[in-house]
Amino acid sequence: MSTPIMRTLFYASVVLLALAAPLLAPAFKTQMAFLWVMIVFALSWDILGGQMGYNSFGNILFFGVGMYACAIVQRDSGLDYFPALYVGMVTGAMVAVGFAAVLGSGMLGLRGHYFAIGTLGLGIAAGEFASGWDYIGAGSGLLTPLFPGEIGGRETFFYYLMFAIAAMTFPVLRWLYAGRFGLTINAIRDDEDKAEAMGIHTTLYKTAAWCTSAFFLGLTGAVVGNMIGFIDPRDVAFTGATYGVWMILMAILGGKGTLWGPVIGAVVFHVTQQLFWTYLLGWQRVALGLLIVIIVVFFPLGILGWARERWPERFGHKVQQDLKPVQGGK
Amino acid sequence: MDSIQLLFDAPILSVQLLLDGLLIGAIFALAAYGMALVWGVMNLINIAQGEFVMLGGYVAFFLAQAGVHPLFGVPLAAVVLFVLGWMLYRAVIFRVVDKDLFISLLATFGLSILLQQLANEVFGADVRTAESGFGTLFLFDGMVTVAWIKVVAFVAALLAGGLLMLFLKKSRLGRAIRATAQNARAARIMGIDTNRVYAATYSLNAAICGAAGALVAMTWIIHPYLGLPYTARAFMIVVVAGLGNIAAVFTAALGLGAAENFAGFIMGAEYQAGFVFALLVVILIVRNAWLHRKRRYLQ
Amino acid sequence: MGILEVKGVRKTFGGVIANSDISLSVPEGKIIGLIGPNGSGKTTLFNSIVGYHPIDGGSIRFLAREISRLRVPQIARLGLIRTFQQTRIYGKMSCLQNMQISVPQTLQRWGLVMNKIPAEDTERAEGLLEFVGLYAKRHLFAGDLSFGQQKLLEFAMALMIRPRMLLLDEPTAGINPTLINALISRLRRVSTELGITLLVIEHNMRVIMDLAEYIYCLAHGELLAEGKPETIQNDQRVVDAYLGAH
Repeated sequence: MSTPIMRTLFYASVVLLALAAPLLAPAFKTQMAFLWVMIVFALSWDILGGQMGYNSFGNILFFGVGMYACAIVQRDSGLDYFPALYVGMVTGAMVAVGFAAVLGSGMLGLRGHYFAIGTLGLGIAAGEFASGWDYIGAGSGLLTPLFPGEIGGRETFFYYLMFAIAAMTFPVLRWLYAGRFGLTINAIRDDEDKAEAMGIHTTLYKTAAWCTSAFFLGLTGAVVGNMIGFIDPRDVAFTGATYGVWMILMAILGGKGTLWGPVIGAVVFHVTQQLFWTYLLGWQRVALGLLIVIIVVFFPLGILGWARERWPERFGHKVQQDLKPVQGGK
Repeated sequence: MDSIQLLFDAPILSVQLLLDGLLIGAIFALAAYGMALVWGVMNLINIAQGEFVMLGGYVAFFLAQAGVHPLFGVPLAAVVLFVLGWMLYRAVIFRVVDKDLFISLLATFGLSILLQQLANEVFGADVRTAESGFGTLFLFDGMVTVAWIKVVAFVAALLAGGLLMLFLKKSRLGRAIRATAQNARAARIMGIDTNRVYAATYSLNAAICGAAGALVAMTWIIHPYLGLPYTARAFMIVVVAGLGNIAAVFTAALGLGAAENFAGFIMGAEYQAGFVFALLVVILIVRNAWLHRKRRYLQ
Repeated sequence: MGILEVKGVRKTFGGVIANSDISLSVPEGKIIGLIGPNGSGKTTLFNSIVGYHPIDGGSIRFLAREISRLRVPQIARLGLIRTFQQTRIYGKMSCLQNMQISVPQTLQRWGLVMNKIPAEDTERAEGLLEFVGLYAKRHLFAGDLSFGQQKLLEFAMALMIRPRMLLLDEPTAGINPTLINALISRLRRVSTELGITLLVIEHNMRVIMDLAEYIYCLAHGELLAEGKPETIQNDQRVVDAYLGAH
């Protein structure tokens, strides 16, 4: 991936493979759609967790909020299936961004473990309140409308929809990280007090980062609600104990704070999970806890982080003895 | 808001709620005290705190099943959890204790999920309780009823907390723990084996949580998923009370117990857990905003 | 009137008086020294000036504007930048990135948030890295540099932001003694060529006497003496303060 041509070829082949996948393996459309979900999860968590150093345990909030907002639009708007879905998706994303913006100023003032535990509380509280609120179906949940197309079309449709979202998330983040935005949130991660002393509008950037994360999660939530077809407040929407933890785990597994790390982590995690999870017969969540402990204790850098530590020069961190031709300092 | 109206119509109900809340608050104080201890000494926030409480509850429950009075479960749970705490320290915690805060936070979060799900697989998801058979105390002409076990549990919680405090003050190990809390590096230079101190601290915390759990099993109910709310409660109590102040921890815990009981009554019991977590968020934000006025933040 | 005017600043921590009734004036374009034994309140005064904590009394004016009620980032954006005694850089970013991010943060630039780093920023960053002698290491993690190099990087970052005035907290501490003369000449160039006003805390007497045009000396949180370097050097009170006879 060193030259632009190689890179273009690489991206083109990934996109082609992704587009052809439902034809190549029609039996696994839903599982493959969830692969894209996982990638968006890990990428969106890493905006704060990896790039900005704000480890959120509660990003699942935005996922659930997006899911419910979309389902409400679909239920109450009176539009046809597809217009309602698209309006719902946009609404879901916007409501999630709204939540992030409103909560941002208060929550993002918290640092370190206070932020982590505060967000954990936020995610769980959301699930608890959702299961008591009758307007959104309370504990008995909410059904999303039936897909109008023929049988099998539903899976294909959602596969491509989810792929589209993932295919939008990655380049947007790549572009954000390459510019001032990425550098600024990295600076906040490394030393927020210094960033403030250098005059950086930290609150603004932090909120913007959280809103970005919320946007993609809200969008994904809107789609996943429809993929599953039924929204349960604790087991589908505000799933702190599964998706909420997975997104952290995948980002760490792949290497947090890198662009590709979360993607790699999500792929490895999802594929492993699909292959072996069913054999665990109810012990999956025990295994999840064990997996977190093992990865965090023995492999905290993740795959890419480890590689960067091992071969720093491959990642461009080397002394370059060439002299600068321009006279400096003026 | 009929329930608020009810409180005004029958003020004696408030007394009932307050009393129940204060009595349960003492148990929260134990978990919070343990968390403050680990936090202060090891600079580690133990998210598995609530799971220790839960496991302590199961010790009392199984003791009651075996025909022994569950009150004996309090010391037994402390011992069992002490051993478990020591094992967890040796297996996991000592590898993360000096690392980045997020690593240790996530590691204990993993332990929390692990213990919770293990309990779910092994003990089942049923709601359990350990019958103490102590009967009920009637106050104000029977208008207010208090289960005797709650009073016993309150006293037991005070006793357990007092014992731990005494241990930290008087014993050699206790003094080593307090020295490490003040300055780990200096303690190490002075010949204190901080690794052993950490192990003891973590295990003592597990033990005190276990004792609290046994009390929970007798006064209330236990199930595999009760852990996180206890962790959240302990955390917010410590945030409000600070690390070093036991009297404040106790006061905050009693206050939380009472607040929770009133909230549960007014909003309905189904919102009580939601209230706990929402309160956690509110407390963090308010406390931080307060510090922000003085250009500081929670740290 | 000076670019920075501190008048009667008082700051206490609990019962401890860290600064009491401190007044000093920094004329534009000059290099002013701030000395005093350990614990005399120099860094506290720096922290008060840049808004790190609220002051208990007095006034601090920068560019004729009261800044004692402003917050750290707001003061920084006015062009008053400080460096830290315990050097602070962004450890997990490359030196070049450390520089690229240290640009003036004005709202006009806020529109550029999503943009790539402008080539002119990179060019200026490389020029300044060259100026402090870190150009060859521009792609290394800043956290992997030695303490002295980090100090130089932090200095370059402060220049990158085009400040009106710099507060330097012990710029030569931890710097290889053979490089100190080079650093002094760089500080002079910053003052003369870039027109940046400097207020420097320094323990190295040779350096500060050589560098500063005017010196304030603190002891026990109070202003003990002020004057030209030669006056300060011969002031018995200053000598006593440093020898602990005060």
